[in-house]
Amino acid sequence: MINCLIQPFTANAFMANALLAGVLVSIACGIVGTFTVLRGLAFMGDALGHGVLPGVAIAMLLGLPGMLGAAAGALAMILGVGFITRRSSLSSDTATGLLFVGMLALGVVIVSRSHAFSGDLMRILFGEILGIHAREMIIQAVATLVIALVAVVCYRPFLLLCFSPEQAQVSGFSPRFYHALMLILIGMTVVVSFRTVGTLLVFGILLAPAASASLFSRKIITMIVVASLIGASSVYIGLLVSYHGDIAAGAAITLTATVIFFVMLAGKHLFQALVPRKEKA
Amino acid sequence: MSERHLHPVAVLARGLSIGHGRETVVADLDFRLEAGRTLALVGSNGSGKTTLLKTLAGLLPPLAGAVEVLGGRPLASPERVAYMGQFHPSSFMLPLRAIDIVRMARFARHGLLGRLGTADEIAVQEAMAVMGVEHLARKPLNTLSGGQRQKVFLAQTFAKEADLILLDEPAANLDAPAQAVYRRFVRKCAQAGKAVVVATHDIEEAADYDWTMLLARRVVAFGPCSEILTPQSLMATFGIVGQFQEGRLLIVEREHGHQACGEAHEGPCKH
Repeated sequence: MINCLIQPFTANAFMANALLAGVLVSIACGIVGTFTVLRGLAFMGDALGHGVLPGVAIAMLLGLPGMLGAAAGALAMILGVGFITRRSSLSSDTATGLLFVGMLALGVVIVSRSHAFSGDLMRILFGEILGIHAREMIIQAVATLVIALVAVVCYRPFLLLCFSPEQAQVSGFSPRFYHALMLILIGMTVVVSFRTVGTLLVFGILLAPAASASLFSRKIITMIVVASLIGASSVYIGLLVSYHGDIAAGAAITLTATVIFFVMLAGKHLFQALVPRKEKA
Repeated sequence: MSERHLHPVAVLARGLSIGHGRETVVADLDFRLEAGRTLALVGSNGSGKTTLLKTLAGLLPPLAGAVEVLGGRPLASPERVAYMGQFHPSSFMLPLRAIDIVRMARFARHGLLGRLGTADEIAVQEAMAVMGVEHLARKPLNTLSGGQRQKVFLAQTFAKEADLILLDEPAANLDAPAQAVYRRFVRKCAQAGKAVVVATHDIEEAADYDWTMLLARRVVAFGPCSEILTPQSLMATFGIVGQFQEGRLLIVEREHGHQACGEAHEGPCKH
């Protein structure tokens, strides 16, 4: 029994690599996902995930690294949403939504123009965590470190921003600057994560663990740690299921993360129903 | 310079026009508020109270004219100005305890990484004690009632130990004892040399403060509350007709608010 839980990772280098890459992604997502959930930027995270597709497609056409293209796509998305929300009276949601389906469609258009790409499209959309290279893992490790560092240094303005952008400003922290920084962190996380679970599913691994953690956390630092642990567990369970059941790894990981969320949500409601709230002191 | 030291001016507005983007809400404001004084901004919804507070806090740029806050432009010294807005939309879901909210007030003094010290902890504890929420310190914010949360936000504002305190309808959600507590604390702040500006609908509360500014998208009147509250000024501000009897305001007749007619006006409005 124990054997089938550990053996896949000890016997196959690609499984060990996938687990390591997945854990790195989980840490980055735990940190950034927490602020994304608290700041109410979930939709933006989703949009960035899809927005990177044409960037990746163009990079592949030109023979450039996919991450470079993804970064360009994420940046275009951030600038695009910022531009539209400043210039028009449309809500940020509408602008983001329109831009992201547009980017998604553009990505598919680019990919479909080149017939050799149909397999690539699947890999971009759903990831290939089992084919991850050492070089990519180094980039992931560096990115995770940078994300953690920025989160530590900017903890106060991020916290104030989640509480109220006005309070951030009257405390001397520019909400516009730190909001942009937060978007860049989300973009970075999406860029280093899309190879593991794909652009279509990255949203799940970014938000599901943080959302699960938010159900039970009373402090932000707890939420980050719990989210990272849930993410790492999702990666481990997802990889095992994928290995034994011959299922697409990226989808298995995302599915695990979302199932954990709904189980915890149900658990919380059940707990509240069984244990009536204490009367106010 | 020496004159400023003798009479420190907390707020000085000259020909100040305030508003959002291109829309002017109040034009040509001229007033000064000295340190140690309290000012009530009174008016109905949309009269310009919040716009003026936000301009003083540096959240909205002045549209014209000049405004000086504590001797500089607004936001020049964030640690010396405290602002409490009306809405805290996302505070519901934040995994924070009451004390974490109050501690945020001290961030302005320490920037990104400066450590919070004993003085900060004392300020936080004192502010929570003043508002009577010290027993809620470890409770998650989302388990508190609306009134308890409002007290926590007030404690946050007071914990900043600012020289200029800007409060936007702080009495909303507060029961009578809590209102009395915060009004006593505002007086104490003024005695300690701080300037306080409060936006309120409550004329009786305004009577507590040194100055009252009646707003209806223009300054209807500015002065000590007892002198400027006349049937005419009330009519222009709220569209009500009232009179003072034995120090209490009696509303004799109520007309439509100024907003219903679009512009501020002196007489009763007709639809």
